[in-house]
Amino acid sequence: MTRVLLLGPAREAAGVAQDEFDGDTVGEILHSAVDRYGADFERVLAVSQIWVNGNPAELTDLVGPYDEIAVLPPISGG
Amino acid sequence: MNLAPNLDWVFVSSSPLSADELCKWATRPNCGAVVTFCGTVRNTSTTGHDITSLEYETDVALAEARLAEVVGEARSRWGEIGAVAVHHRIGTVELGEITVVVAVSSPHRQDAFEAAKYLIDTVKNCVPMWKREVWEGGSAWSEEAHDIVSVRKR
Repeated sequence: MTRVLLLGPAREAAGVAQDEFDGDTVGEILHSAVDRYGADFERVLAVSQIWVNGNPAELTDLVGPYDEIAVLPPISGG
Repeated sequence: MNLAPNLDWVFVSSSPLSADELCKWATRPNCGAVVTFCGTVRNTSTTGHDITSLEYETDVALAEARLAEVVGEARSRWGEIGAVAVHHRIGTVELGEITVVVAVSSPHRQDAFEAAKYLIDTVKNCVPMWKREVWEGGSAWSEEAHDIVSVRKR
């Protein structure tokens, strides 16, 4: 299982701040996340950046049980 | 608040922030200048509502790692700066309260001013953080949101 962090509007759309999924790639796991959370989450995901272990990632990147995927919608800090 | 003994201090906290405390912390014997910047909650917004508070959220580990990266980049650009602190509030922050503090000391004022401006601009562009605007009877995510920028691209 790979841990997924859901932040800001992604957390709101998913209804949880973190979750776990099976899958070999970032893309597979995010596909499962859309299945689990639905259309609101899919809309937020479409405008979000994806990091793995704190660094920008591609959908084709391989992930394992010790990796952490973060879904980061557009930010508004400061 | 414990005074960290080192030169870099990044912190994401749900407790009130103090510019005075960071100014004192950043004051060093070899530095003749300390610049502090505070971001505060204002009552106006792009949505036209009368804002009463902001609600910030993030993942603290991710945000603090990115803050440390921003501080490291400031050090690579201004090699003379002394102590650097960046603290960001999370949770509910009321009107007039501080949302973010930057403090930079350096031997001379120009580096401290320039680095402080770089730090707050880069924090806003590069650090994962989300705010909801809260007004009487409602709330919404800030409409000022933008994509996260890589620290090196700033």
